[in-house]
Amino acid sequence: MSDTPESMTIIAFSGDLDKLWPTMILSSTGAASGMDVTVFFTFWGLFPLVRDDVRITGYDAMTKMLAGMNAPGFKKAKLSKLNMGGMGSWMMRKVAGKNKVLPPEQLFEMAQDMGVKMWPCQMTMDLLGIKLDQMRSGLGEPVGAATALSRMSKSQINLFI
Amino acid sequence: METSDTVDVVTTVDAKGQSCPMPILMAAKAAKELQPGQVMLIEATDNGSRSDVPAWVAQTGNELVDSREDGAVLRFWVRKN
Repeated sequence: MSDTPESMTIIAFSGDLDKLWPTMILSSTGAASGMDVTVFFTFWGLFPLVRDDVRITGYDAMTKMLAGMNAPGFKKAKLSKLNMGGMGSWMMRKVAGKNKVLPPEQLFEMAQDMGVKMWPCQMTMDLLGIKLDQMRSGLGEPVGAATALSRMSKSQINLFI
Repeated sequence: METSDTVDVVTTVDAKGQSCPMPILMAAKAAKELQPGQVMLIEATDNGSRSDVPAWVAQTGNELVDSREDGAVLRFWVRKN
């Protein structure tokens, strides 16, 4: 093993429950394997980072409506298919619980504890009207595409989920 | 050759009943507390661990001393390097 840890960067683009899962599983496992892991949250991926007590985000009618249709927070995340008005995600969480698969919000916290860097994208925060103080604590300072690319150019593993 | 019968186990990680990626997260947490040279025993029941624990051991530069399957329980003896 070299002294510089291997590095992984994940672009968390999707806010779907079934895509947040692999993002959180891979980032926490990467940290557990001694990798330097960064997750860059952008577009729909930002909504899960909004705190559960924040009901709505946005700065005008349209951005508020977007947040209304994309209920913020991990717990409101929908399945990318077969969501069936929330029945699908409810069932998926139920089945996962029965099989002792941790929900993504818990894996997120474990990943954070293990040193995974969680970076929100500044441009999409501005675009969607999501403020840093509406989001979970412990996130990195918001960054842009150049910072993400600079990390990715040094990472052996780069994923877009 | 050193085997599970001759090695001193310092910590046991009980990941029985847990699913991916918990056994690995638990192993990593336990490994942090070990001194180099010490051995931990990881017990898991999910089928993924059969390949995941050896992969994690190789990735982290540790050593798989021995592994065994006792019925549904997979056991891995891992030395921290």
